[in-house]
Amino acid sequence: MIRTLHGRLGFAAATLCAALPLWAAPALDGPVEQRSLNWHAIVMFFIFVAFTLGITYWAARRTRSAKDFYAAGGGITGFQNGLAIAGDYMSAASFLGISALVMTSGFDGLIYSIGFLVGWPIITFLVAERLRNLGKYTFADVASYRLAQTPVRTFAAIGTLVVVALYLIAQMVGAGKLIQLLFGMSYSSAVMLVGVLMVLYVTFGGMLATTWVQIIKAVMLLSGATFMAAMVLSLTGFSFETMFQTAVASHPKGSAIMSPGGLVSNPVDAISLGIGLMFGTAGLPHILMRFFTVKDAKEARKSVFFATGFIGYFYILTFIIGFGAIMLVLGKPEFTETIMKDGEPVKQLIGGANMAAVHLAGAVGGDYFLGFISAVAFATILAVVSGLALSGASAVSHDLYANVFARGHTNEAKEVRVSKIATVVLGIVAIILGITFENQNVAFMVGLAFAIAASANFPVLFLSMFWKGLTTRGAVIGGTIGLVSAILMIVLGPAVWVKTLGHPAALFPYENPSLFSMPLAFFSIWLFSKLDNSTRAANEKALFLPQFIRSMTGIGAEGASRH
Amino acid sequence: MDEDLIGRIQANPKFAELVHKKTRLGWQLTIVMLTIYYGFVLLIAFSPSTLGMPLSAGSVTTLGIPLGVLVILSAFVITGIYVRRANTEFDQLNQELVQEVRS
Repeated sequence: MIRTLHGRLGFAAATLCAALPLWAAPALDGPVEQRSLNWHAIVMFFIFVAFTLGITYWAARRTRSAKDFYAAGGGITGFQNGLAIAGDYMSAASFLGISALVMTSGFDGLIYSIGFLVGWPIITFLVAERLRNLGKYTFADVASYRLAQTPVRTFAAIGTLVVVALYLIAQMVGAGKLIQLLFGMSYSSAVMLVGVLMVLYVTFGGMLATTWVQIIKAVMLLSGATFMAAMVLSLTGFSFETMFQTAVASHPKGSAIMSPGGLVSNPVDAISLGIGLMFGTAGLPHILMRFFTVKDAKEARKSVFFATGFIGYFYILTFIIGFGAIMLVLGKPEFTETIMKDGEPVKQLIGGANMAAVHLAGAVGGDYFLGFISAVAFATILAVVSGLALSGASAVSHDLYANVFARGHTNEAKEVRVSKIATVVLGIVAIILGITFENQNVAFMVGLAFAIAASANFPVLFLSMFWKGLTTRGAVIGGTIGLVSAILMIVLGPAVWVKTLGHPAALFPYENPSLFSMPLAFFSIWLFSKLDNSTRAANEKALFLPQFIRSMTGIGAEGASRH
Repeated sequence: MDEDLIGRIQANPKFAELVHKKTRLGWQLTIVMLTIYYGFVLLIAFSPSTLGMPLSAGSVTTLGIPLGVLVILSAFVITGIYVRRANTEFDQLNQELVQEVRS
């Protein structure tokens, strides 16, 4: 995805390599020079870790049942969950990445953040309340509500694990690189630290601790970004016109930064990217899981409303921060270093263009604030990987173990134990993969995760809720076709086939597969459902009405009786 | 859910009303959001110069900036409209329905 932008923006490659490898996760690209220890950041970070471990201890004492473990007991309010969802979305890379993108290319940064945001209303209307009314812990609960448990849950669990694994690798590599830069720690110790903390939060505190880590981080990030934006605006007398004038005057591209610069020069790829972002969000397992932590559909809707507000506000802040960086950081000798790239000396920001927001933090708030922002960036990664680990572990324990292998003949305590074991295994795998992929370009992995979520998870989830005719065969075969085609199109496309594997031309011309793989999935699900004339299929269609009534009214929904 | 309850819910006019209202509002707002977003994307793709027009003579602020911010705000407002109606009107209707079919 990042690489996509690369090709399209048409800037000098050198600036871009530094500027864009970033959106949801892989914050940095290429070799990173280790820095001296940044004590302010380390102190701030350890305060955060100590605090969140305290919360984990508190949560551990309250986490007994499976409902506590997977869904924080269903006791999170809409407002809190809105913050937690926003926390899942405002990753270190979207903070550092979008502000850096604004710094190098101005207006185009805004285009990108809008793409991330507009999926949320759709999620509110189509997914949030039905999901809450039908499901218990994972989106597989909803997909398998009237379909055959074993095949559908197996499919959904595989979809979840693939998305989680790709996203985790990207986050781990991003985390390692970022920490190397910000804290001056070695790459492998940074990756191990992230893995160990993630396992601690999830195994001991479950969803309750994971949610609170997410909330604290969201509040820290929002307040830090608000402070930075306010400081930038105070320098221009709170006039946007003055801010833009100052920025245009000091930016090498001049007034070009105030209009679109070619981010979307290819309409097909642009629309495909938009579809992937919009519907991918609605198929991300760790986001969907958040709708089970609230008590009912009403709170689920409120969650998305607050989340949309926080995320929208945050993106407006990053835009101001990016312009602040143009005024205060770009081209300033104290933030610039000369590195050798392909034998040529190139001037860049110290640590790369991704460091725009971090340097700006130092410029407007001094060493301690710079430390604070660095700590927030790290905390952000921890929170996101914990959410991912929990959703991966739930797919293993709740979907595969309890409902496929044990076929329901198990108890909650065993199920929770399996999730904890799965979390530890995931943590170890994440550390190993993080270290293995250290020098690989993993930027495309987040794009792949979104494309799979949009092409495999979302169509099955959507049709299970909206289309009476869906059958098990259609869901499993069609969903698998969506999954495989999304992977194939990315592998054969420019991001992997040309840039990673070094072939001269891509077999699939577009960077973003969703425009093709998602309709293909919908079509295959429809076709194989239509071709399915088994008695099981007839039964599944007959069960649509009770499911529809429950999804609409919430009658019989999990937890409703408790309140 | 037993057959009897399902039958009563289906027969209740409030259920039809709830489904109709919720579905209609949901799809209407979905179309509004998609129109705004893809309208913006198409403008970027086919007429970037429109977005690059200065807001007023002599200003550096371009039309694209407030439009972009408006797209962000519209997502928030549209979500708000749906949540407000669903959490008051539709939930009220839903509660009445649940009480009627359970009594």
